[in-house]
Amino acid sequence: MREKRDRGLRKWVNLLLLVPCIAALWVPLYNFDEPRLFGIPFFYAWQLIWIWLGAGLTWIVYVVDWKGRDR
Amino acid sequence: MSAAASPVAIGIFLILFFLVSSMGFIAGRWKKGNLDQLDEWGLGGRRFGPLLVWFLLGGDLYTAYTFVALPALMYGAGGAGFFAVPYSIVVFPIVFAVFPKVWAICAEHGYVTAADMVQGLFRNKALALVIALTGIVATMPYLSLQLVGLEAIFAGLGLHASVNLFGHEMELPLLVAFAVMAGFTYNSGIRAPAMMAVVKDILIYTTLIAAIVVIPAKLGGYGAVFDAVPPEKLIIPPTPAGSLGPQFAYATLALGGALGLFLYPHALTGLLAASSRDAIRRNAVFMPIYAFALALLLLLGFMALASGVRDMPQFADGFARFGNIYAVPALFNHMFPPWFVGVAFAAIAIGALVPGAIMSIAAANLFTRNIYRAYVRPDCSEAHETQVAKIFSLLVKAGALGFVTFFPETSVVQLQLIGGIWMCQTLPAVLMGLYIKWLNGNALLLGWMAGIGAGTAMAAATGFKDSVYTLTILGLDIPCYSAVSALVLNVAVTLILSLALRARPGAQGHLQEATS
Repeated sequence: MREKRDRGLRKWVNLLLLVPCIAALWVPLYNFDEPRLFGIPFFYAWQLIWIWLGAGLTWIVYVVDWKGRDR
Repeated sequence: MSAAASPVAIGIFLILFFLVSSMGFIAGRWKKGNLDQLDEWGLGGRRFGPLLVWFLLGGDLYTAYTFVALPALMYGAGGAGFFAVPYSIVVFPIVFAVFPKVWAICAEHGYVTAADMVQGLFRNKALALVIALTGIVATMPYLSLQLVGLEAIFAGLGLHASVNLFGHEMELPLLVAFAVMAGFTYNSGIRAPAMMAVVKDILIYTTLIAAIVVIPAKLGGYGAVFDAVPPEKLIIPPTPAGSLGPQFAYATLALGGALGLFLYPHALTGLLAASSRDAIRRNAVFMPIYAFALALLLLLGFMALASGVRDMPQFADGFARFGNIYAVPALFNHMFPPWFVGVAFAAIAIGALVPGAIMSIAAANLFTRNIYRAYVRPDCSEAHETQVAKIFSLLVKAGALGFVTFFPETSVVQLQLIGGIWMCQTLPAVLMGLYIKWLNGNALLLGWMAGIGAGTAMAAATGFKDSVYTLTILGLDIPCYSAVSALVLNVAVTLILSLALRARPGAQGHLQEATS
């Protein structure tokens, strides 16, 4: 676990993991009915979209910093 | 029951149910291993690749009770019940960042449970014991709720036959389902739910996709579905002056749920069965597919509202007996052709067996490793240890069955609520210890006590009805999920006492007067 890795700046990409957490937990950002998306109120649409954005950001973190390690 | 589904639905249900259950018995021979070892019976030899762990965790987190109770919450409470979605958005980055580390420590030392790891990190038997007990106690009502989910499904199918056992009416279908689950868990260990989870997911995704396409089309589109929700329930109510308001409660429910989820023994068991840290990270990337399915599932609650099943005479019985939990079974009965009702109900019922099996295995691992071997027979052989685990897995399930039979359903739900609050209180010992080396075992023990005490007191103050308790600090009302506010106290006590005890020479780790 503790071996030195030459990761330099790449490790900062892990901070991206915080972004979906903030987007999901900061309720005043999205607590609205309008605008609607295909009839779905903004409150629900925002959270549905952030499921995928969160997965996308996690994937970026994986590819940039973790892929190929610890298999 | 007046809502009896057609014989076609019942026939398809029974065929699928027994077909998938029989897979559980065969699963013991899969990925060959010596099932007399706890590592093999309880963790599948830690050889599950990313895809299988994905199915296993999905099977874990996505239970029969989830399937009926969460839409029921939306049905009753509206948008405030949607917190399961931000909760699942938050949980996977946490898994990605933290749990590969947990896996590595457990694999290196052969730990099977969180309590094993705590014992290894802090050399504090009392602390390891309370972590194990918290896990077992919190898992029990969760397991009982799976049986409640099964009951709702059987009621939806109109399968109703009772036998008299110990002077108590017992549902025969439930007894049969229970016996099947007990049998394959005993026989095959974790391989059974892992193999069944694959089929279960195929059934569940089929059901969900059909539901989100067919039902809104029949109701006049998603706009019409949301228009059926009373406007004041559609989003979170506005924040009153002098309070952080219901939006804060929503966020803490999501956060607390996310923090607690992988502390639950059954979730951790799924992760520890992974073959590598990489398998866990890749899972965290792909788990959100479940989160999306979960979100769609929640919307079924609104669809039930829009369809007006509540006022239909054929469902009156079911609603009277099960309350809102009956909304989804009624919706399916009303909307789907009989054969598909059979498929959908089988998906949910198998969705009770898979997590039920994993929960009982996880509780059995805890009991065997951290109570039986730690206190009763420290020198027992591996085969003996595994035998004890198998028997305890049966006892846990029997206990859960007794629970739903002898206690009203509301008390099971209340216990589950407290269980969630308690489970969160193991976070400092299990996770903070990985990062902060100077934490003291006795400080963690006292922090745990403070958290459990405060959490229980807050839940009791709401009559065990509400997981949110409003604290008033300096005139500001803070409605907060009790698990989170208790955890804040827990962490504060742990850190302050650890610093204080560290300042005293020779106070590291061992049981001393600090516990008295």
